[in-house]
Amino acid sequence: MHMSDALLSPAVGATFWAGSLAVIAFSAKKLKENLDEKMIPLMGVLGAFIFAAQMINFTIPGTGSSGHLGGGMILAVILGPHAGFIVISSVLTIQSLFFADGGILALGSNIWNLGIYPCYIAYPLIYRTIVKESSSSKRIVIASIASVVLGLQFGAISVVLQTLLSGKSELPFSTFAYMMLPIHLAIGLLEGFITAGVINYIRVAKPEILESVSSSKPFSPDISIKKIILFFLLIAVITGGLMSWFASTYPDGLEWSIEKISGSSALHEDDKGVAQSLKKLQEKTAILPDYNFKSDDHSSGPESPEQWPNVSPGTSVSGVLGAIMVICLIFVLGIGIKALRKKKN
Amino acid sequence: MSHHIVELKDVYFKYPDGTETLKGISFKITHGESVGVVGANGAGKSTLLLQINGYLMPSSGSVVIGDLKLDRRSRKEIRKKVGVVFQNPDDQLFMPTVFDDVAFGPLNLGLTCEKVRERVEEALKTVGCIELKDKPPHHLSSGQKSAVAIASIIAMQPDILVMDEPASSLDPKSRRYLINILKNFRHTKIIASHDLDLILDVCERCMVIREGTIAADGPADKILSDRDLLETNNLELPLSLQKIL
Amino acid sequence: MPTFDKEYFNLGYLDALSYKDTFVHRLDPGIKVIATFLFVLTVVSFPKYELSGLLPFFFFPVLFVSSGDIPAKFILKKILLVSPFALFVGIFNPFLDRDIMYSFYGINISAGWISFLSIFIKYVLTISAALLLIATTSFPGVCYGLQKLGLPEIFVSQLLFLYRYIFVLAEETMKIVRARDMRSFGRTGKGLKTFINLISVLFIRTVEKSERIYRAMLSRGFDGKIRSAKKYSISGVDIIFILTTLALLYLFRKYDIAWQLGNLAKKII
Repeated sequence: MHMSDALLSPAVGATFWAGSLAVIAFSAKKLKENLDEKMIPLMGVLGAFIFAAQMINFTIPGTGSSGHLGGGMILAVILGPHAGFIVISSVLTIQSLFFADGGILALGSNIWNLGIYPCYIAYPLIYRTIVKESSSSKRIVIASIASVVLGLQFGAISVVLQTLLSGKSELPFSTFAYMMLPIHLAIGLLEGFITAGVINYIRVAKPEILESVSSSKPFSPDISIKKIILFFLLIAVITGGLMSWFASTYPDGLEWSIEKISGSSALHEDDKGVAQSLKKLQEKTAILPDYNFKSDDHSSGPESPEQWPNVSPGTSVSGVLGAIMVICLIFVLGIGIKALRKKKN
Repeated sequence: MSHHIVELKDVYFKYPDGTETLKGISFKITHGESVGVVGANGAGKSTLLLQINGYLMPSSGSVVIGDLKLDRRSRKEIRKKVGVVFQNPDDQLFMPTVFDDVAFGPLNLGLTCEKVRERVEEALKTVGCIELKDKPPHHLSSGQKSAVAIASIIAMQPDILVMDEPASSLDPKSRRYLINILKNFRHTKIIASHDLDLILDVCERCMVIREGTIAADGPADKILSDRDLLETNNLELPLSLQKIL
Repeated sequence: MPTFDKEYFNLGYLDALSYKDTFVHRLDPGIKVIATFLFVLTVVSFPKYELSGLLPFFFFPVLFVSSGDIPAKFILKKILLVSPFALFVGIFNPFLDRDIMYSFYGINISAGWISFLSIFIKYVLTISAALLLIATTSFPGVCYGLQKLGLPEIFVSQLLFLYRYIFVLAEETMKIVRARDMRSFGRTGKGLKTFINLISVLFIRTVEKSERIYRAMLSRGFDGKIRSAKKYSISGVDIIFILTTLALLYLFRKYDIAWQLGNLAKKII
């Protein structure tokens, strides 16, 4: 579920970094306003807990294969959305640096996908709506599963969109989505169940933990709702843009997807008007004109030193020869530096 | 000089869940005394220690440290005078490096960076860990961690040193090292421990806590050789005395 | 899926490497963070089918590995181990993009393979950049760098706590997991319910631990603000490093060095 640097383009990566940084600054500010000093060690240690919990695997009932916990939702429930988001971001940061999970550029996108949706969408909209002060454990199970699943589905779609907008993969939107969504639905069900299990256990075994932590939780509903509405608008715009590209460059694909989804071809004669206006929309909003996926114009970057296609054997030989030379040079350099250091010692 | 006295008068303490752990504790410790606190598990030793630095506040009765009576406002000042070393060093070394941990206290006291540096180096030298200055805590052995935890407290130069089970995770060599450090610490010492030999070695006076009250209070060598008293409190004679008595 | 013990020791090993004392270790952490980020950005900015232009970028990881005294085998193993997950998406390219791109003495190579290879090279470069950053800069150093670059204080403080306590918590978790495994006699014990119980217990212990830590902090005068006595300063070496890096990144990106060299060689031969 983690995005990887190699599949991102600088524009997409940087955009989501900017978005994530903005939210980090926002959460930090919110936390500072109401900070209970106890939170700082608690947040850090719970982050370490998520790590440790992720390292324990368990056998998934029925399949025999093993799985493990994500953690975003449980942090949001226990610490509140702001602190939960900060902790998840930290966990992801360490994962990207120490475990090669995702990358430095992708970290921005991963924080967005795995942090924003559980903490700022699923938690306030779903969990808090269903669960009140004295809810039954059954309600908690339902709420947990629903919110985790929703959070993960949003995250999965995000991954697909980010990959598509980056243009490095050949996977069409529908295929990718069809792979990602069901898998994450299954993961979500499991994780939601586990989250509920832990919360219910604590409620029984040591309820004062939930009380003491929730008393230091700042959460102001008004601002969050505005933010959520804004966010949905943003999603709508992005989706609209994407759909229009899709429509104009891959009309067959869109029809195929719609056919599959709705069981009928939606783009009939009378809908030509829709396709037309979508095309117009795309032309107007073509911010990233170079990042088509699978179009006939293959200059998919702003700066290509050579023109594609390049089937003349002459230039191919230069390329290969040069590649070999560069690799050898670098290798020699590496050995040289090592030898120099050994000499120094 | 009243500013190094620790005096508890009729202190009662009840935890939020209702358990009454301290039931009328009174004693007075003067400057430079070294006092051991022993008793069965659950007798109230740790709770008592936590009253002395104000982490817990008595439900009734008074705690006076030096000139200050313990209440919400004086807590901060009191913590500058009373340094507490807890049982598990991992809970006390929470900064990225040894230097940062030992500097944490002095920095909170408001000292300048230069002064802080001095204090840190002095404290680390006292416990013999100066070469560990830039290491992260998870690279240390448990003996080293204990030593650094102590350094982090003495860097604040407290008047009164309070310790809860200081030697519980130490190997014999580290334990001996700790005992030597403690013997050289001139200020008031209050040490809670099951390690009766350590108490015998380091403390002149000893208090026995039983079910929230003081069952005995006197010279350490007298208390710790009283077999009946000890056994009533789930304790035994210190190992060093067992063959002799 | 690597086992718990292996992952934990990996973490410890990488962390131990970061405390060495070499030229690259001594560079200012903030500068290194910026350099790494720019490196990744540059690599990723290459178009879909680029191959030869990427190769000179290996200069950077090789530089760090050799002057930082990092075992190359360890890094390679780590990269390759995690690659299947990362490249999962890219592997579809050869199947979906069948147009012939290069024709080489009778062998036809489809564009899909080229783009996949490009993804792979980019992956190796970017992941090694992240690993080498942490291997040559202690994690507290990276945190310091991040704070200097403007990340909020509360984020950095708890990041440091997290890092500090991963090791502690991992050990506690190992004990619990071993206890579970010893009483499991095979598959039956690893069920979901046991897992939930296990992590719930771990969770409670964690919160209790944080309370003890907070108690220790208060006892040393904690008032909400975490102060630092450290002084990192940027030296001339750091400035030279970042300028050289910027220059090289620009050069490598603008000019396909490998291709130029190859052309030169062809002319000579």
